Amino acid sequence: MATSNVTELRHQVAGFEIQTRRFGQGPKLLFLHGAGGAGDLFPGGEPVRFLAEIAQRFEVHVPEHPGYGVQERPEWLDNIHDLAYFYLDYLEAAGLQQVHLVGQSIGGWIALEMAVRNASALRSLTLVGAAGIHVTGVPKGDIFLWSREEFARRMFRNPEARESFLGRAIPPEQQKAFLRNRETTALLAWQPRLYDPHLRKWLHRIDVPTQVVWAENDEVLPPAYGEELARLIPNARLDVIPDSGHLLHLDRPEALASRVREFIGDAR
Amino acid sequence: MKFYYMTLMPYSVLDLKEREKYPTAWVNLPNRLYDKHQGRKLYDAYIGDLVRADQLGFDGVAVNEHHQTAYGMMPSPIVIASILARETKRCKIAILGSALPLRDHPLTLAEEHAMIDTISGGRLISGFVRGIGAEYHAFGANPATSHDRFHEAHDLIVRAWTEDGPFAFEGKHYHFNYVNIWPRPFQDPHPPIWIPSQGSSETIEWASHPQRRYTYLQTFSPVPLVKRFLDMYREAAKRQGWEAGNDKLGWAVPVYVGATDQEAMDEARPHFEALRKYFLKMPMEMLLPPGYLTLSSMERVMSAKGSIEGDLAIESAVEQGMIVCGSAETVRSQLLAHHRNIGFGRLLTLLQFGTMPPEMSERNQRAFATQVMQPLREELGEAVVAEA
Repeated sequence: MATSNVTELRHQVAGFEIQTRRFGQGPKLLFLHGAGGAGDLFPGGEPVRFLAEIAQRFEVHVPEHPGYGVQERPEWLDNIHDLAYFYLDYLEAAGLQQVHLVGQSIGGWIALEMAVRNASALRSLTLVGAAGIHVTGVPKGDIFLWSREEFARRMFRNPEARESFLGRAIPPEQQKAFLRNRETTALLAWQPRLYDPHLRKWLHRIDVPTQVVWAENDEVLPPAYGEELARLIPNARLDVIPDSGHLLHLDRPEALASRVREFIGDAR
Repeated sequence: MKFYYMTLMPYSVLDLKEREKYPTAWVNLPNRLYDKHQGRKLYDAYIGDLVRADQLGFDGVAVNEHHQTAYGMMPSPIVIASILARETKRCKIAILGSALPLRDHPLTLAEEHAMIDTISGGRLISGFVRGIGAEYHAFGANPATSHDRFHEAHDLIVRAWTEDGPFAFEGKHYHFNYVNIWPRPFQDPHPPIWIPSQGSSETIEWASHPQRRYTYLQTFSPVPLVKRFLDMYREAAKRQGWEAGNDKLGWAVPVYVGATDQEAMDEARPHFEALRKYFLKMPMEMLLPPGYLTLSSMERVMSAKGSIEGDLAIESAVEQGMIVCGSAETVRSQLLAHHRNIGFGRLLTLLQFGTMPPEMSERNQRAFATQVMQPLREELGEAVVAEA
């Protein structure tokens, strides 16, 4: 595939040097990663299959959130709102006007918080198993109590994806990044768990074409969360991928990539 | 050396067969396994033990805080310490400790401790802790802000105790316009502060700071670790320009006194092993939620890959000094040897543990008081008086 020419970009935003991997050709697409960080998306430096697939049609930008990876967490980072404002500044610094925004899990939550504040730079919004709201009476999975094995069992339906996840040891030099990712995820999402009680009140402000993609067997945020988001965001469309787990981009990469390509193609 | 009677108040009548169906006694062990009548009886027995400890001449009694667990029925040590403020007459009352970051309004702690200190006529020892990792699951408190909240709550409480109010406290996590507590603590400038810990260089560095000089208490650890951490405290104090006496150092350990070494071992065995296997054990994810330890401490733990709180046979526990168990003579000589080797001025004895029933813990407590504590005091040449 001609997509593996990954360029590393650096931008100064709010006193933090953010690193972005850019690859592919076409309209600009910003992908905001989830709790696993950006490292998980580039094993051996190459983009995972989902990203490689969408890079055939888009110029894909994958930044690593402040508080994730090898860099120390910036002092100012306390909550998800800080990341929303940070990324709104980042869009300007990185020259990403009219960008397709795709966010997975916590990345989807950041995308939502950005979009309710200012969606003027967004051409479309794709939410993949996004956190950010709570649905009363529908418990979320307690990711912080799961062992690695239980995590793998609950996050994947595709045995190949599960095996590949379990088979990948964390190299010693990545140990600290792995622990930092968990720590920042707790900082952002421990309490209230994976949501902002004030976000749902303002989701009606999102006025860009929005697609909500959900895993049928999501055990972190059950499909009722996808349904609720699609109900709260004007004209959002919901697409549930059968027989799939929360980490859709790893579990069902082709299915997710085709949903993203089709939807954004329509949205253009 | 000062002697303290410490209790965890376990739900000692826990149905162990039922317990085995779950990974741990913490956070999500169903509370249908709790029986209110048994609970009432146990409180009665445990409070009776604490009051008797005063009568038997212990220098102090100690209670602690754990939430939503059969390991201890003491989510509020404040409640028990309040009772003891009236029911005991002479001994110190140590809360070891209050879990500061779990409180959204830590001024309530400044107030409650000041009340107990006053009601008891200045007998309170205030312990400050963060709570163990499981507490953060049980309470929904964020482990990633635990260190920050601990330090801020500590500053707030000490200032509330020592500065004239009203004043404003302007922190990041806590912000109050009026800090102006009534009552103020009875002791001047405030109750002694103790810091119980399972061993952390960061905690030791902080507790030994010349402005604090808080008593450091090593809980339930093998003897070499106890020695290592107490030495670390002494060295940290020296480096910071002061000499830490033994009164600044404590050790908490289960103790069992039997007629002979073998009888002691056989009697203590099921209860001690139950403590480890059924009450203490918990998965790593529960014990160490993200952010609870600093990244570098967490890295060390991960690389050590140590087993946590798993099964431990009493023989190896005795060998490691995780429990002091034997005839009165054995217990005496071992404690004396540890005292001379490690150098601690405060011994916190856990004389009821795990499934041990009330009549057995009472016997153990009486045996310890008369056959170990009193002779040791004589041997160490210490007067049996309440500490100043």
